[in-house]
Amino acid sequence: MHPALSVIAFTSLSGAGYGLAFVLALGHGNPGATSTKIAWFIALALITLGLLSSLLHLGNPQRAWRALSQWRSSWLSREGCFALIAYGPLSLLAAMSIFGDSFNLFLGYVAGILCIITVFCTAMIYASLRTIPSWNTRWTPATYLMFALTSGTLIYMSFFGRAAGTDSNVIWVYLSMVFLILAWLIKFMWKRNAVEAGYGKSTMETATGLGGIGQVRLLERPHAMANYLTNEMGFRIARKHADKLWRIALLCGLALPLVLLAISLVMGRAGTLFQVLATVSFLAGVFVDRWLFFATAKHAVSLYYGGDEALAPAE
Amino acid sequence: MTTLPASTNKKLGLVIDLDTCVGCHACVVNCKEWNTSGYGAALSDQDPYGANPSGAWLNRIHTFEVTPEKPKGQGVGEVIGTAGEARVVHFPKSCLHCEDAPCVTVCPTGASYKREEDGIVLVDEDMCIGCGLCAWSCAYGAREMDQAAGVMKKCTLCIDRIYNEQLEEIDRQPACVRTCPARARHFGDLGDPNSDVSILVKERGGFDLMPEQGNKPVNKYLPPHPRTDLGSGPASSVEESTDDAGGLLGWIDRALSGSANNKGVN
Repeated sequence: MHPALSVIAFTSLSGAGYGLAFVLALGHGNPGATSTKIAWFIALALITLGLLSSLLHLGNPQRAWRALSQWRSSWLSREGCFALIAYGPLSLLAAMSIFGDSFNLFLGYVAGILCIITVFCTAMIYASLRTIPSWNTRWTPATYLMFALTSGTLIYMSFFGRAAGTDSNVIWVYLSMVFLILAWLIKFMWKRNAVEAGYGKSTMETATGLGGIGQVRLLERPHAMANYLTNEMGFRIARKHADKLWRIALLCGLALPLVLLAISLVMGRAGTLFQVLATVSFLAGVFVDRWLFFATAKHAVSLYYGGDEALAPAE
Repeated sequence: MTTLPASTNKKLGLVIDLDTCVGCHACVVNCKEWNTSGYGAALSDQDPYGANPSGAWLNRIHTFEVTPEKPKGQGVGEVIGTAGEARVVHFPKSCLHCEDAPCVTVCPTGASYKREEDGIVLVDEDMCIGCGLCAWSCAYGAREMDQAAGVMKKCTLCIDRIYNEQLEEIDRQPACVRTCPARARHFGDLGDPNSDVSILVKERGGFDLMPEQGNKPVNKYLPPHPRTDLGSGPASSVEESTDDAGGLLGWIDRALSGSANNKGVN
């Protein structure tokens, strides 16, 4: 699948935003502290940036409001609805902290649950597609949720854990390390499934119905140049470098943050710098991983273009 | 409304004969011709006369090569294919108007819908936001985004022809069907077991594309016919021999053979 920057930014930024909002909504951070106020602002800004960037890839963004209507059947519509609903308690909590130095735990729980549901809906947009077997698994929502939580925890820890004053920074570092390992373990399970999934039960033989005669091979494409279908579904630049990029994602997303967090524990006040670096590194890893999530996904329509061999040429 | 109707009164669709399709692309061209000025936005092209042309089309023909590993469907001197000998199959593909169409249910706006009266899957272009999710959900590549209008385009089964009383009755069928010179495309109600298309599907063993995807496509494909085995039988075992030549031809054969031998030419 074509890894559109707008969609990668949407899923990773809004994921991080909802993760941070979730941590704050559970009552962490002194609501009167400046850093908590900034945290609320950043959480809402990340969510808003993510949602706005998702509008960028629409052909007719001026009609985006219509996407709120089909929540009965469409995960994309549900995502839009819950994103809007979540804004209610989230902006109320943010306003309470920023203007009133106060917090409400009941509202916090409501907001927290809405954050989880919204990220789940985002993941289900992809997980519900039968045409892409590597996405069509429960590991997809599991990775989206865990990466959102880990992003949020890391951002909270590195920027606000100490200054906000209600918790011990050390606990947050340990928690971040546990989440980091858990997140990549789940991602590893996702990847193992994705590699095995391929095109699922579909083959060029089932796609053409000619399997009863023999082995099917594409002789000629319907068109000489690339088209919407080959550009959108037949992307394969990343597949060429998938292993290398996966290692980069693991390095930035797991190894470096763990090392930096460990160092931060023995650095005293300077540890904050290492925590910030760990967070930035993790977010970079998530970005690379999200890019791979799209770019390495195999879509059934590729089978009409010769399967793995005859997709859009790498440019 | 993007929930699917529980059932449709008719199941209008196409039956495509892979035996007779010659891959001329006439249906592709006539489809573009009709639909660029018909239902909805024009089917735009990008860089049509330049180095990298592309555009939105609702019907495309792939060409496949099928190579049997061992002879199959052995009849009296007829097989569906000879081991190692490729058969070329031209393969037209447009929207299959699935009964369980995922492109309809994923649509966030309600722009994609399946008509209860005849089962045609359509896009209301005034509602479409151009998110592309329906194209992602379609296993057949039947939907293409129009890059100029930013809305999703797909086969309408020429809804502006089949019910159009301004047209002669013979023209009230999809443009691709009307134009096919090989009569490889048939249009009708696949929900009616006594319709011509249903009988054709039954007699010829029509099949679904990617049944494992669970979309229940309405359009059916007819398999290529068996043909004479290229590996055995008189058609392919002719060796050069003049042993049984008689009459005038026999005399010419003997005379020419003799003269060659007389001159000592091998």
